[in-house]
Amino acid sequence: MELFRIKKDIPFMSYGRLTTSISLITFVLAIFFLLHRGLNYGVDFTGGTVMEVHYPAAANIEQIRQVMDGVGLKDVTVQNFGSSQDVLIRLPVKKELSIAQLSEKISSALKAADAGAEIRRVESVGSQVGEELYENGALALLLVCAGIMGYLALRFEWRFAVAAIIANMHDVIIILGFFAFFQWEFNLTVLAAILAVLGYSVNESVVVFDRVRENFKKMRKASAVQVIDNAITRTMSRTIITHMMTQTMVCSMLFFGGETLHNFSLALTIGILFGIYSSVLVACPIAMWLGVSRANLIGDTEKKPKEDEAAVAP
Amino acid sequence: MNRYPIWKFVLIGTVFIIGLLYTIPNFFGESPAVQISPAKTSLKVDDSLLRKVEDTLKLANIPFDGLFMDASGVKVRFANTDTQLLAKDKLVGNLGKDYTVALNLVPQTPNWLQSIGAKPMYLGLDLRGGVHFLLQVDMKAALDKAAESTVGDFRMSLRKEKINYYGIERQGQVVVIKFESEAEATKARNLLAKDFSDLTYKIAGSDKDFNLTASMSVMAQKRIQEFALKQNLQTLHNRINELGVAEPIVQQQGLDRIVVQLPGVQDTAKAKEILGRTATLEIRMVDEEKSDMATLQKAQAGQVPFGDELFADREGRPVLVKKSVVLTGDRITDAGPGVNGQNGSSVVNVTLDGRGAGIFKNVTRENVGKRMAILLIEKGSTEVITAPVINEEIGGGRVQISGMANAQEATDISLLLRAGALAAPMEIIEERTVGPSMGEENIKRGVHSTLWGFAAIAVMMIVYYMVFGGVSVMALGVNLLLLVAILSMLQATLTLPGLAAIALALGMAIDANVLINERIREELRNGNTPQASIHAGYDRAFDTILDSNVTTLIAGLALFMFGTGPIKGFAVVHVLGIMTSMFSAVLVSRALVNLLYGYRRKIEHLRIG
Repeated sequence: MELFRIKKDIPFMSYGRLTTSISLITFVLAIFFLLHRGLNYGVDFTGGTVMEVHYPAAANIEQIRQVMDGVGLKDVTVQNFGSSQDVLIRLPVKKELSIAQLSEKISSALKAADAGAEIRRVESVGSQVGEELYENGALALLLVCAGIMGYLALRFEWRFAVAAIIANMHDVIIILGFFAFFQWEFNLTVLAAILAVLGYSVNESVVVFDRVRENFKKMRKASAVQVIDNAITRTMSRTIITHMMTQTMVCSMLFFGGETLHNFSLALTIGILFGIYSSVLVACPIAMWLGVSRANLIGDTEKKPKEDEAAVAP
Repeated sequence: MNRYPIWKFVLIGTVFIIGLLYTIPNFFGESPAVQISPAKTSLKVDDSLLRKVEDTLKLANIPFDGLFMDASGVKVRFANTDTQLLAKDKLVGNLGKDYTVALNLVPQTPNWLQSIGAKPMYLGLDLRGGVHFLLQVDMKAALDKAAESTVGDFRMSLRKEKINYYGIERQGQVVVIKFESEAEATKARNLLAKDFSDLTYKIAGSDKDFNLTASMSVMAQKRIQEFALKQNLQTLHNRINELGVAEPIVQQQGLDRIVVQLPGVQDTAKAKEILGRTATLEIRMVDEEKSDMATLQKAQAGQVPFGDELFADREGRPVLVKKSVVLTGDRITDAGPGVNGQNGSSVVNVTLDGRGAGIFKNVTRENVGKRMAILLIEKGSTEVITAPVINEEIGGGRVQISGMANAQEATDISLLLRAGALAAPMEIIEERTVGPSMGEENIKRGVHSTLWGFAAIAVMMIVYYMVFGGVSVMALGVNLLLLVAILSMLQATLTLPGLAAIALALGMAIDANVLINERIREELRNGNTPQASIHAGYDRAFDTILDSNVTTLIAGLALFMFGTGPIKGFAVVHVLGIMTSMFSAVLVSRALVNLLYGYRRKIEHLRIG
């Protein structure tokens, strides 16, 4: 079976203006929602307590709220999740109560109200831990960007490095934009997903850039635009198949992975979908506008690869 | 051209077999067990304990499947949880308070696999259930406490040398002594600088008001903080032993934090109470006037003389000790094992702070010839560690406790003395509890995600690339096998994000094979022969695969460096997955293709879809 048997090169670069404006619009929208709504940070970042409680019968949310009020805890959110028997209780950091006291207080109150309540998971994080996470998260992101740019600059050329990192940061912002728009919870595993997807999408650009370099060697008479169009067209099949495979795995996590992996796989899904688009249709135009040419990719000293030229010439 | 030398096949075969061997233990599951470990550091795990456990079980007619000993204690394996619980009760009754008996799960790995060190993967708390605490050590309090004891030390020294001062106090972590003349202040500085050399001294003031300030050097502060952390770690270790947790983890994190992980513990309230409790050391006088046999026997029968308390020493002999406390463990600044210079016996050298030293000097002077009892109050019960006779007045705050059976005991007791109390208060800044049912559910989720994802990818690959798809799937299978094997070998903590990373690693690793297969198709389309296409396909794709893996690796390493807890688990698996995928996607799949096509003289066409 072969889905992508494309005879002629698709003139991707001539759509440059269109693809860039699509990117720009989504990018601006993402930024707008990030600023306007902000991210819905999980307890990992904000500090606070989350409890997952399982009841033998359908849980009475109203009663749980009253229990919380009864022990003098304000700003408590109680909601169902997964099933009617499972309840998620969240509350922010309390100055006057230590973490240890807080979780004890809640669990004893819940057990007193309903002996069948089974506390399945407690996560309590002090505010100082959360602050460090911001810092470490930002540092990790910076390090990944610097590392990838350094490697690409070394392996290819600085123009490619800049193009690839812009394209992929644009993905990161868009993922964050989605999380802000839908107010999905942003926690540590989501951060991990974003960094993983950053490394993964760069692959995309690398594959195309590799082909661009190869084409510059082979297609000696072609212009930069033709070279890039040919590279994208030739790698398109691989790009789509690979992403389909990875997305299959991510879907499996989305369906079977439960609550913990849900947002993780959502971040990956957005990252993968936008990754296909941006690493090809954003990275390449940027590289082109930055002035990628045969000379600065291959240099003057290279030899003529004769037989290859004959094989590939369009 | 598409043939591998024999050594490459041998290499791949060897790696595959090793991978298989180390993956197998994960399929055997676990059986209920009881773990017996010493509750006190002074007790050792040895053959006698093993025999004792064996005898106890045989006597009670409780069948067990296996009995073995490792560094942490003796483990006994049972066929089911009923016998496990029965055995636990019997062992608790028979071994007493000196040993903790905990319920545990022991992998059912066959002995021949265990002998090569093959173990199942080490599951994190989110997969096996348990409590995780992150404790913050209050370093300011540790420094304040150190400064406070310096004040006492200074007082003693100045009084001894009869240097006049009219005030001494601690201001933050700086000690300030007030003098009426500069001469007196200088004299004090010279004296103190000699005795307490790790402090920095400064004299300021005029007329009749001179201040001598002593502040801790950065080095000294660092040493105090390190000491505080080490002592807190040790104390926590000792206390957690009481909880009867099978495989507790107590680890330093960063400069001032301690991670405590208690797998299988559900009673968080009890855990917190024990973490926060203080074990103490007391020095009291033995009531020599009432230590005759008759009174002791009466005391054992319940008639304890007024003002005294009855305790047992380490051999079980009764000792009548006065109720009034001479010194508490707070006054101990250090304790270490040593050797008596005169008779070569093992001793424990204890260093007291200034005030402790003063009290000790007075008490020893007044009680020469009498016995002094050193009591350890642990777990709410009191034990007389030793009750040596005072031979002479002991000044200077350095106390030698004799009566140790051997060097090992001296080491253990000094550990106990040091670890009795917390050096600095601690606060829980993170708490995570995962119930056991939740843990099992998480494992199921992770495994299902991986397996269904794998199955879907396998079907799609085979439909799309036919034989080459099949080869890719086999390579991916080898990748999964190797990844699990390496994780089992390293005993890296596997968390739910780690399981997700396994799934993701597979989803991403298939990229390499897609690249290769697409490249082969393209070469064929360009009119190359099948053999040449295979060769060119693998060769040309390799550079791209390398580049793309390096970028993924960079992301993985950054995650590892800055991630904590579950994220670190994700990063470890992610990075390992990239490494194994390089091996399997390139070497293994090529070997399979070579086996299939490399030895054929003529190929009509490649079945690549």
